Amino acid sequence: MTIRGTVWKYGDDVNTDVIFPGKYTYTVSDPAEMGEHALEDLDPEFRFQVQPGDVIVGGKNFGCGSSREQAVTCLVTKRVGAIVARSFGRIFYRNCINNALPAITCPEAVDALERGDQVEVDLEAGEIRSPKGTFTFPPLPEAVMGIFEAGGLIPYTRKRLGVGE
Amino acid sequence: MGHTFAEKILARKAGLAQVVPGQIVEVTPDAALSHDNTAPISGIFQKIGVPRVARPDIHVVVLDHACPAPTTKHAQNHKVTREFVAEQGIEHFYDVGRGVCHQVLAEEGFALPGALIVGSDSHTPTAGAFGAFAVGIGRSEMAAIMATARIWLRVPESLKIVVHGQLPEGVTSKDLALHVIGDLGADGGLYQSVEWHGEGVETLDMEARMVIPNLMAEMGAKNATIPPDEVTFNWLEGRARAPVEPVYPDADAVYARVVEYDAGTIEPVVARPHTVDNVAPVRQVAGTRIDQAFLGTCTNGRLSDLAMAARVIEGRQVAPGVRLIVIPASSEVYLAALDAGYLRTFVEAGAVVESPGCGPCMGNHLGVPAEGEVSVSTANRNFRGRMGTKESDVYLASPLVVAASAIAGEIVHPRDL
Ligand code: SF4
Repeated sequence: MTIRGTVWKYGDDVNTDVIFPGKYTYTVSDPAEMGEHALEDLDPEFRFQVQPGDVIVGGKNFGCGSSREQAVTCLVTKRVGAIVARSFGRIFYRNCINNALPAITCPEAVDALERGDQVEVDLEAGEIRSPKGTFTFPPLPEAVMGIFEAGGLIPYTRKRLGVGE
Repeated sequence: MGHTFAEKILARKAGLAQVVPGQIVEVTPDAALSHDNTAPISGIFQKIGVPRVARPDIHVVVLDHACPAPTTKHAQNHKVTREFVAEQGIEHFYDVGRGVCHQVLAEEGFALPGALIVGSDSHTPTAGAFGAFAVGIGRSEMAAIMATARIWLRVPESLKIVVHGQLPEGVTSKDLALHVIGDLGADGGLYQSVEWHGEGVETLDMEARMVIPNLMAEMGAKNATIPPDEVTFNWLEGRARAPVEPVYPDADAVYARVVEYDAGTIEPVVARPHTVDNVAPVRQVAGTRIDQAFLGTCTNGRLSDLAMAARVIEGRQVAPGVRLIVIPASSEVYLAALDAGYLRTFVEAGAVVESPGCGPCMGNHLGVPAEGEVSVSTANRNFRGRMGTKESDVYLASPLVVAASAIAGEIVHPRDL
């Protein structure tokens, strides 16, 4: 799978409270509406201008803080193609895998890429290609690749339990 | 070669002779905690398409995040949860007013030495204070556990923190934990199992110990733990729901990193806006005017926290123009504080005492700040927007500092009050 889009660049320690504010966690339940609050307290432009396939590039500890899965759901709703960071908050990282949103640890790409860069992320090859160069990243551990390939944890669980559509 | 706490407990739970960091294991948790997010989780569970929860006995559901319901939407959410637990035979259900989930999990005897606990809340590591392996997970994962009773976990590397000596008078475990987070950074324990050892933690009572793993979520940790001892076992007497099977790290375990601290040098600190690792000595920010002081949460809403705050406040008045909000972490704490006279002390001083739950901690209700206001809080998170508006400043501190600041109307070192 290859993802093509524009880079949205942010700094270190982007936490889930600025990705999806806590005050909405029990009042907003429709994924489409969650998208309308994506990155609300970090970058008010983002939710109006992001295009399908765009790539978020963050520093270290991206997605730290609350376990709220809406922080991933709201980005999936906005059809963000991938997130590239120096490192991820661990629950956010799990939530990405479980929602089949590629979360890629690649410090070299983070150093090089800037807002507005056009990038191609090749998941099979483990490559991020950009005008700034090509960067490689290790594939997902095999044990969790199955979840990702099934399209997320819920379809994976259905498959595993043999539950039909 | 010896093994760490995380390696030993995950090997035991996975039924393997041994495991190494990086390995992925599948386990069945001993307890699976969810809160107001149980309603959306039940929706995801229904999408999976199996009719019954695989192991209703392992699920613990506590309504705490917006309790009692501030809006019809929240009330609806609670209603869905009540119907779901009844229909699925989930008996460990604690309704509105029982308290914050992590506190209730401990009081109800689920947080046990050697237990493997998962929770769809980032502060689930709190139970590590009892020697449990306790980790936060997402909503989909909790729904999958409802369907399969299984979850994958990566065996983490471990960070060993050794605290030598004892904390000085007037310095709390909150100051110790914030000091360490300030020192190691918000990703200082990322993906790691953080083990706390040494006299500095052994000499803390159980309530003070619970503060430490609670805050380790703010260092990116997967879990944090304190080896159980007599203090732990005494506290669990009459509470533990299952036989206690402690797990201790081997003396020759291999750690990714070992960091040592001298408790005697720790002083009262605050975490300044807008990150938890932005830590400074209280005296450095003394004089910062406040609009609100908040005493409560899963970090510092326990009886000993209320007791130390009440001792500061007794016979004094909250500063004019300042709100002091007090929320006991559980109904058990509430009753004990009532009997001890602390609640009277607070109300007489001009404070507002609310019913047990999370309150304004994540901006839901019961005392959210206005734009431009400054709060000092005993909570564990001060991210921009956390308490409801991105235009407000939140300082995190110990109950002593919060109480003293409420009286002074500005952030103050308790000794300077
Ligand atoms: S008190 Fe705050 S940190 Fe603790 S569980 Fe509730 S919302 Fe989360």
